[in-house]
Amino acid sequence: MSSTEPTELRHTALDAVHRSLGATMTDFAGWDMPLRYGSERDEHLAVRTRAGLFDLSHMGEITVTGTDAAALLNHALVGNIASVGVGRARYTMICQADGGILDDLIVYRLAETEYMVVANASNAQVVLDALTERAAGFDAEVRDDRDAYALIAVQGPESPGILKSLTDADLDGLKYYAGLPGTVAGVPALIARTGYTGEDGFELFVRPEHAVELWQALTKAGEGAGLVPCGLSCRDTLRLEAGMPLYGHELTRELTPFDAGLGRVVKFEKEGDFVGREALAEAAARAQENPPRVLVGLVAEGRRVPRAGYAVVAGGEVIGEVTSGAPSPTLGRPIAMAYVDAAHAAPGTEGVGVDIRGTHEPYQVVALPFYKRQK
Amino acid sequence: MSNPQQLRYSKEHEWLSTAEDGVATVGITEHAANALGDVVFVQLPEAGTTVSAGETCGELESTKSVSDLYSPVTGEVTEVNEDVVNDPSLVNSAPFEGGWLFKVRVAEEPADLLSADEYTAFSAG
Repeated sequence: MSSTEPTELRHTALDAVHRSLGATMTDFAGWDMPLRYGSERDEHLAVRTRAGLFDLSHMGEITVTGTDAAALLNHALVGNIASVGVGRARYTMICQADGGILDDLIVYRLAETEYMVVANASNAQVVLDALTERAAGFDAEVRDDRDAYALIAVQGPESPGILKSLTDADLDGLKYYAGLPGTVAGVPALIARTGYTGEDGFELFVRPEHAVELWQALTKAGEGAGLVPCGLSCRDTLRLEAGMPLYGHELTRELTPFDAGLGRVVKFEKEGDFVGREALAEAAARAQENPPRVLVGLVAEGRRVPRAGYAVVAGGEVIGEVTSGAPSPTLGRPIAMAYVDAAHAAPGTEGVGVDIRGTHEPYQVVALPFYKRQK
Repeated sequence: MSNPQQLRYSKEHEWLSTAEDGVATVGITEHAANALGDVVFVQLPEAGTTVSAGETCGELESTKSVSDLYSPVTGEVTEVNEDVVNDPSLVNSAPFEGGWLFKVRVAEEPADLLSADEYTAFSAG
């Protein structure tokens, strides 16, 4: 169990709902969040085959507005945010001047001069501070909107059907990584086709005072489709199967996007200078010459679960480190993401194991993701 | 959550049956199983080995964590539950029944095992 500072935990607008559902709660980045309601395995499989409902109100929303909003974000982030169309979203990162990753983000362009930046709960303050500081000299306002939104996600193959019964919004016209304002169950919402589960699904940003009403409407609409409430535990196994990085595990301040195998998010060709450009250009050149450790997938032959920080071994040598590991409900075996030396990174590489508390358990090296949904 | 009256309990959340012919059955409580979440792997002591009260004798792995298994008594392991090795989810679905872990020929019992009522109060606190 985790030990934490004895600080007051924050509660989402759905706190009473979680408790009435008997959720096991956990401290997550200072928020008291549902870990699971029943079996995390059942919740995981519900999202893969039917639908799951998540409270993600701990995520950090930051609104950036003004004539220079696009220019500011192009300067502050590594992506080409100015090229994102209105109504679309982009996965990107914010880096330090030395190239280290401060956070990974989703940026929604809500209007010509209005963006919403969604940061990880644990990094929301850091991102807010960095954007505020980097806004100097730009005609743009950076607004802390963490308290302005509750965030509810509906994920899984049944999610479009469930949502359609509650909204007139054109969901068929809403592409993956797009968002539009609309009304769901009579509640004003930003409806985004994004998620972190590897499934089709939606994230609904609403005012906190509407969260309970929306949760209940979605629960009722999803009754016949097998929708269940889902906690952070299954969210982690879902994203792991989908090969999606998690800040603090696959992404840290000690790594540049190139070290994380995500160099493609850095857009050197965009207009103007951006924070970290010089260091990132060097990191890119370094990665070209001398390949860094590669993020790979590992699938267990046995049942013991690799955990973050465990050594990856081959021929008695440490060749890497596990960043995330869990039993995969979909594969029925333990899986892990790990950074390993390039020489051992090819799928099918023989003789790779994980040191699980002193025993070298055999693992198969595979390409990520472990799971890809059928479209 | 009710803890069977006829069992005794350790503060490490194991239960122990009354010994028959000197052999008692050991498992973990429903409270512990719920706290672990879905159990996906169990490593049990081998039959014939000696376990000591309060000492680690195995592992319970769940989705989010790995926990040590302690023996509530000292004695020789006479049998392990192969069903639970093959299907660790039995620990969650039937912690007091099909999810038992091992049987032990009791040599020595610590004095501080709890009654069902005492354990209920302990695990609630």
